[in-house]
Amino acid sequence: MEAFLPLFFAGAMGLALLIYVILDGFDLGIGILIPLGTEPEKDLMISSIGPFWDANETWIVLGVGILLIAFPAAHGIILTSLYIPVTLMLMGLILRGIAFDFRVKAESGQRSLWNRAFFGGSLLTALSQGWMLGSYITGLDNSGPGAWFPFLIAVSFPALYLMLGAAWLLIKTEGHLQQMALRWARLAVLPMGFALLLISIATPLVSSAIAAKWFTLPNAIGLAPIPLFTSLVFIGLLWLLFRADDFLCRHAWLAFAALVLICLLAATGLAYSIYPDIIIGRLRIDEAAASSKSLLFVFWGVAITLPAILSYTFFVYRIFRGKTTELTYD
Amino acid sequence: MEFDPTVLARIQFAANISFHILFPTITIGLAWILLYFRVRYTLTGERNWEHAYYFWVKIFALSFAIGVVSGITMSFQFGTNWPGFMEQTGNIAGPLLGYEVLTAFFLEATFLGIMLFGKRRVSNRLHLVSTALVAIGTTFSAFWILSLNSWMQTPAGYILEDGVFHVDSWMAVIFNPSFPYRLAHMVIASLLTAAFLVMGVSARRMRDCVDGPATMQVFRTGLVMAMVLAPLQILVGDLHGLNTLEHQPAKIAAMEGVWETDTGVPFTLFGFPDEESRTTRMAIEIPYAASLVLTHHMDGEVLGLNEFEGEHPPVAAVFWSFRVMVAVGMAMLVSAWWAGWKLLYRRQSPSDFLLRVFSWMTFSGWVAVLAGWYVTEIGRQPWIVSGLLRTEDVVADHGSGMMLSTLTGYLALYAFVLFCYMATLRYMASKPAASLRASGQEFPRPGTEGAN
Repeated sequence: MEAFLPLFFAGAMGLALLIYVILDGFDLGIGILIPLGTEPEKDLMISSIGPFWDANETWIVLGVGILLIAFPAAHGIILTSLYIPVTLMLMGLILRGIAFDFRVKAESGQRSLWNRAFFGGSLLTALSQGWMLGSYITGLDNSGPGAWFPFLIAVSFPALYLMLGAAWLLIKTEGHLQQMALRWARLAVLPMGFALLLISIATPLVSSAIAAKWFTLPNAIGLAPIPLFTSLVFIGLLWLLFRADDFLCRHAWLAFAALVLICLLAATGLAYSIYPDIIIGRLRIDEAAASSKSLLFVFWGVAITLPAILSYTFFVYRIFRGKTTELTYD
Repeated sequence: MEFDPTVLARIQFAANISFHILFPTITIGLAWILLYFRVRYTLTGERNWEHAYYFWVKIFALSFAIGVVSGITMSFQFGTNWPGFMEQTGNIAGPLLGYEVLTAFFLEATFLGIMLFGKRRVSNRLHLVSTALVAIGTTFSAFWILSLNSWMQTPAGYILEDGVFHVDSWMAVIFNPSFPYRLAHMVIASLLTAAFLVMGVSARRMRDCVDGPATMQVFRTGLVMAMVLAPLQILVGDLHGLNTLEHQPAKIAAMEGVWETDTGVPFTLFGFPDEESRTTRMAIEIPYAASLVLTHHMDGEVLGLNEFEGEHPPVAAVFWSFRVMVAVGMAMLVSAWWAGWKLLYRRQSPSDFLLRVFSWMTFSGWVAVLAGWYVTEIGRQPWIVSGLLRTEDVVADHGSGMMLSTLTGYLALYAFVLFCYMATLRYMASKPAASLRASGQEFPRPGTEGAN
């Protein structure tokens, strides 16, 4: 039991961050798409995330929380190394969050200002998270390929959020806005593929140990399903967007489901690469773990509350299912 | 110019935590007020309670959003500013923070969606349950974070091995000696802050003649709360002080400005504590009062700061913050009972002066809460964990240039958000109440009806 705890928490942290990327990813993607909509469409786009976004961004707190609880040593190293992107991301999150509420409550003359803040905050958050991810998977090392990889990932990573945002709008809207969402998705899909490719090749490039895991036989055969399956889903997504758009508009959840699948596969691949390290080449999961007495105490908390959280999250998503109509408080 | 990075890290964290605490303080209290409105609406079917609910739930949502985003900032700043703290106390601080996220944050954030947008999609019963869950969530959140803070003040239930804290007993950690007092003091402070906020905004609406029948009901709710809670808070504060005297006597000595250990110590009403000469200049004193308050005996002994030389907090900041907190608390007590006597006992309608006073006091809770937190947090220095771990030993080394630039960025952002928050509250208060429109009266000021 005790030996298994660090691994359990590494898994829980990965899951929380994956859920964050998917759920707040569509919020942030819609934030970046906001300037492209007409005024009524802007309202509708924001309404489509209205009941969810607060809870969605809580997943990053859980992710960082688990890092802090289970791996305090890694928490300190990672967050001090990522000081600048973390600070920028926090400012972005603050701006996005307050803009969401102020734009409907402040004087109507200020609405376009808050729309811009919503866009700017979302974009800044997405870019900083790309930077953080890029730095993390290059081992927090700013020399060699680690110098320009984070930058490349930072600028391409928001494409994933754009895709998630557009796919969410496909589900939640109809008519002109849905057609616009389809166009945005078509524009974002290739940059997203590029971002995923970069993220996939970053870890073997910086670490020969990881390269060996991926590219030597017989390991490579066992792992081949991950890139293979990801490519298939990606091709399926391209087909839906470019060849079967009518079908897609009727079964709009397909695009979002494909993206969830891609994120899941990418996360699995990444987890496999990094394991058993928590900071590549520097610190292993079991070395960084907190004392097992503390982990056991939280284990029971996670075991009881996480299923509850997931089920009431599902419950609330069900309550607000269907096409978004005008957001109303009463 | 070179700044001490510890000082900058502390200023940055203090700026963040000061900004953050303003909003949970409102939401913890306001959540229960909203639940009360919802319960009253459910029981009586009176639409005014529902109008009150939907006006205040918007302010709740706004405050909650700012609380969440500034709280996320804090969860990262533990690591970016105090990596040593997490490495050494992580076994204790981590799980307490973790339980806050797991039992509180998701509950609040998820069910807030139903509170805000669920009216047409869920039954009144589910709406009521959601409101209750959010209120419980805010209070759970206070429970865990105050447990951690109290543990830093009065550590218990730990074993120290090679400079790293390990848990001996979770019950002793969670229910450490100062926790029950601090939790009670903070929850009452939140309720009082929310009570004065709802009274202040309602008073503003009455003065602007945009109030409806619901506005006075809201005002009365806040008033009754304040009349009960203001005296209760003084009692709880006194008990909290006695607990601090037992566990952190240096903090009490700084609060009182007592330099030499003595019996029959006077209470210094006003003065300038001077750490150079180790005296309080221009002191105005009440004889025996400090001994009486702290030991409940006229000739009780009070330990002076000179017993803790080099290990006591900066005196002037603690001394003055304490006086500000007490003064605001007294103003709350006096104003609440004065208004209660006028409105509830003599059944007068509120005078313009009374409304003006309460509209001045809209954010009085913030002042008292900040001052109180400065007393307890500055009062803990130079320790981050009382008597065990020094703040300067756990700080991150980012270089003062980097700290200074991020600090400037944060301060500018916070000032901007705070300005917008208050301006928006002012704007929302200036719009005619929904209960006024519903009551069918002619609406006097055209053109101010905003899209909402």
